Amino acid sequence: MNLLSVNNLHVNFHIKGQDLAALIDVSFTLNRGERIAIVGESGAGKSILGFSIVNLIDKPGYIKSGSIKLQNKEITTMTPRLLQEVRGKRIAMIFQDPMMTLNPVLTIGAQLVEAIRSHTRISFKDARNIAIEKLHSVQIASPEKRFNQYPHELSGGMRQRVIIAIVLLLNPDIIIADEPTTALDVTIQAEIIQLLLDICRDNSMALLLISHDLGVVSRVAERTIVMYAGRVVEEGPTLEVINDPQHPYTQGLLNALPQMALPGQRLNQIQGNMPSLNERPTGCAFHSRCPYATDKCRQQQPDFIQSGVSSVACFMVENMITEFEQNTDEESL
Amino acid sequence: MRHLKKDIIPPLQESRWSHIWAGFLGDKLATLSLAILVFYCLVAIFAPLLAPYNINSPNFMDLTNAEIAPSWISGDERFLLGTDDQGRDMLSVVLYGTRLSLTIGICAVLIQITLGICIGLISGYLGGRIDNFLMRCADIQLSFSTMMVAIVFLAVFQALFGMDMYQQLAMIMLILVIGLAEWPLFARTIRASVLAEKQKEYVDAARIMGISPKRIMFKHILPNTLTPVLVIFTVQISNAIVAEAALSFLGLGMPASDPSLGALISVGFNYMFSGSWWICIIPSLTLIILILVMNMLGDWLRDHLNPKTYRD
Amino acid sequence: MSTPLIQISQLEKFFSTNESWLSQWRIDSGKLKRKKDSVHALNGINLTINKGETLCVVGETGCGKSTLARVIMGLTPATSGEVHYQDQRIDHLNDRQRMLFRRRMQMIFQNPYASLNPRMTVYQTLYEPISFHNPQLSTAQVDEQIQTLLESVGISASSIDDYPHEFSGGQRQRISIARALSVEPDFIIADEPLSALDVSVQAQVLNLMMDKQEERNLTYLFITHDLAVVEHFATRVAVMYLGRICELASTRVLFSAPKHPYTKALLSAIPRLDNNTTQPIRLIGEVPTQMDNPIGCVFQARCPYANQRCYTESPNMIRQTDNSSVACHAVDEGRL
Ligand SMILES: Nc1ncnc2c1ncn2[C@@H]1O[C@H](COP(=O)(O)OP(=O)(O)OP(=O)(O)O)[C@@H](O)[C@H]1O
Ligand SMILES: Nc1ncnc2c1ncn2[C@@H]1O[C@H](COP(=O)(O)OP(=O)(O)OP(=O)(O)O)[C@@H](O)[C@H]1O
Ligand code: SF4
Ligand SMILES: [Mg+2]
Ligand SMILES: [Mg+2]
Repeated sequence: MNLLSVNNLHVNFHIKGQDLAALIDVSFTLNRGERIAIVGESGAGKSILGFSIVNLIDKPGYIKSGSIKLQNKEITTMTPRLLQEVRGKRIAMIFQDPMMTLNPVLTIGAQLVEAIRSHTRISFKDARNIAIEKLHSVQIASPEKRFNQYPHELSGGMRQRVIIAIVLLLNPDIIIADEPTTALDVTIQAEIIQLLLDICRDNSMALLLISHDLGVVSRVAERTIVMYAGRVVEEGPTLEVINDPQHPYTQGLLNALPQMALPGQRLNQIQGNMPSLNERPTGCAFHSRCPYATDKCRQQQPDFIQSGVSSVACFMVENMITEFEQNTDEESL
Repeated sequence: MRHLKKDIIPPLQESRWSHIWAGFLGDKLATLSLAILVFYCLVAIFAPLLAPYNINSPNFMDLTNAEIAPSWISGDERFLLGTDDQGRDMLSVVLYGTRLSLTIGICAVLIQITLGICIGLISGYLGGRIDNFLMRCADIQLSFSTMMVAIVFLAVFQALFGMDMYQQLAMIMLILVIGLAEWPLFARTIRASVLAEKQKEYVDAARIMGISPKRIMFKHILPNTLTPVLVIFTVQISNAIVAEAALSFLGLGMPASDPSLGALISVGFNYMFSGSWWICIIPSLTLIILILVMNMLGDWLRDHLNPKTYRD
Repeated sequence: MSTPLIQISQLEKFFSTNESWLSQWRIDSGKLKRKKDSVHALNGINLTINKGETLCVVGETGCGKSTLARVIMGLTPATSGEVHYQDQRIDHLNDRQRMLFRRRMQMIFQNPYASLNPRMTVYQTLYEPISFHNPQLSTAQVDEQIQTLLESVGISASSIDDYPHEFSGGQRQRISIARALSVEPDFIIADEPLSALDVSVQAQVLNLMMDKQEERNLTYLFITHDLAVVEHFATRVAVMYLGRICELASTRVLFSAPKHPYTKALLSAIPRLDNNTTQPIRLIGEVPTQMDNPIGCVFQARCPYANQRCYTESPNMIRQTDNSSVACHAVDEGRL
């Protein structure tokens, strides 16, 4: 059964009298223990999607329509009290900046103990022991010493580990990690990613990883969702998306990676920039940068079609598939 | 330190100003304040045209007309707001007084700003010993209250050069004293923003180009530090006007022959309880509304321009 | 053979952390002593940058990459050591004497939103350096240069009077490149110019930098933490750790046969698209602070191969058979 299902979600921003669409018709499902990655350019709406899942969109923004169901319970219409519960116990969030979650004036020990005692009634001493054990399990060396330190005394990687320890304590069903390693060094990033991966596997937690690093994504996620200008443009198993990208944007994104060109040669760049919220064009939003764009692309929004194991919203792919089918039909005739 | 990506989201500058302006027009109180302030400024500029009497003409002062109540009480059509103890038309005197008070306030603040900008820029940009020295000077200056410095200075000046000389130079002296006494406020504000701007890479880029420190300070950094100055500018003008009024009230400001609002209040105060209340109340009201309006604008600007409270 | 353009020898830079004179006094065993705490950002760097090459510097946050760039550019004075441009020493010059070299050395910065003055239009941003360094040019000539420059970095001439906030990050980075190129330098330092940009835009900027290098025979010192970019773009790579260079090798050699334990860990940590089966080498232990002058190898605390010698003796850069240089006792002793 689906743990989380998002259906036809539309999120808008009401800015200066204009109603600007930040998320358009986003649908996906997340199963128990599944790890999904959301990739896309800055401003594509990845974070907005993450926030909407826990109904945390702040003012000018609002959920215009669509449904988000956590095990058949609708989140978009939940009362604040129930939401609080969902956010604490069912869905946890990890941000790029750990200080968004950590309180700078409390020791990390105090914050861990508070998290434990907020939903189980145990003595401080027991809570402390659990906290230290969790710190240990996120591979923090000498957790007894760290217990009494303040967040600013820890390095960025260490803080992110503390957050993961807190998340572990809450034992949620879903972790939403919004670029958890973007601010970290490569070596530390590798450790944190490995840690996240192990934790999700061991506790069968579902992970929604928001990232723009395709390398990280390929390491962690089973399925990948590619977003562009507020829409999902491609969705499929990670290996499939990375090795055989269907949508021209995904192709461009992967081709632009330095690994994809011979050393010293020019990279295969995508021309232009992603349109911002208030200049989204008609038709396929990618058409101005797309090498295969036709007049149809400039006028109509492509629907999702199944292409192999992925689903893609692109007329070029659609045409190829219909042509292919016609050819096979003709041959079989 | 590596930038978090959230530090690098593009600032929305252009929309920011139009945004602020739209917010301003939406705020009735702020718009009203601005309208009143503009009215005051126009009145001050056109005082010679608006005043029914020429205050410089020899028959302006006519003791036979002394202490006539405003026209709606006395019915005397000649003097709309009545006359003062020397028979001067209140309306004309208040118009000129407003002009004088505003002039002194603005000029004093211009001196403050000029000094403050130069000192703040140098202090913030060069840093080190110079910064230490200048900021300690500012501390010392701030530790004496403006009024105290002004009182001592003006009193000594009066005693040394006599009343006649003083009356001639009163306006310039007031501007200088108030202007010199409060530069540290501007200097500190500017210094704080310069310290923040100096970290930004465009300053390094300019240095790498070999552009001289003077040019970097004034051409590159200064335009980016003016927002907080704008905020304290309005408040400082009102402070300067109040300081001038207080000094005049104490008899250390403008002479009675060439009165500012403060001097008018000071003179009128003697008649407050002898029935001729208008001599004191009319200039007081004028002053209070002016100060109120400026402070309100200042507060609004502080709330809406302060980058800390600013959210798009 | 390659000719050296920039030579750096024994470069050190300490930042004192208690600047104010008063806080430097401290009571130590009954006596009042003055002691400056300092961060050792650079700890004896020796480096030669050859004409026409792209030298990439990689390393952890805080290892001193930006400090190295700033010291070479003369934005921060060095504590000791020398920087030579061709055959002239440039680290001790004052602003006026340095002017000659300003034209030849330029820098591109990390944050595209802070490196352009928000109150200057593109035109003003470019006009200033060109007219400043070429006072003999008339305004029309300068305008013409600006036009060609903007065109060559792919910014349309119609946006010449726009302010920086009207451009996207990638476009701003192009304008920064145009500004750096405007004085026709031979040598450009780029301090993480791509890290604030999206992958698709990174490719645009990187392509531009490569085109310009070919066109003008530029030399780059390229600071980055993206090893994929390094592999693609660099001719040689210098790996830094805590203010020292621990490995210097040509790109091919470094990526095919890394030698220093830190380089190995770093390379194993790159998330790759193709194989994600290899486990990254975990570095145990904490990243040490640079407060005190380290005794022994800077990497000792996290190195899996450290022995007694590593704790007492600082390793020197030793040239290997494949022309790379490595500062590691284990490599030297053949243990690795
Ligand atoms: N509070 C807000 N007011 C107005 N617009 C907003 C607000 N928050 C986000 N947006 C806009 O919504 C769009 C999507 O933003 P979002 O933060 O989801 O992007 P993202 O994909 O997470 O990008 P990044 O990779 O930079 O984190 C952007 O164009 C952004 O400008
Ligand atoms: N102005 C300064 N005052 C004091 N310490 C400084 C100063 N500038 C840099 N440092 C210190 O010097 C060390 C090296 O900093 P540097 O900025 O060169 O690192 P970096 O390698 O560029 O890191 P990053 O990858 O984060 O850019 C750091 O520990 C930093 O804290
Ligand atoms: S729908 Fe058309 S424009 Fe959009 S990505 Fe596909 S081919 Fe390109
Ligand atoms: Mg985001
Ligand atoms: Mg740096």
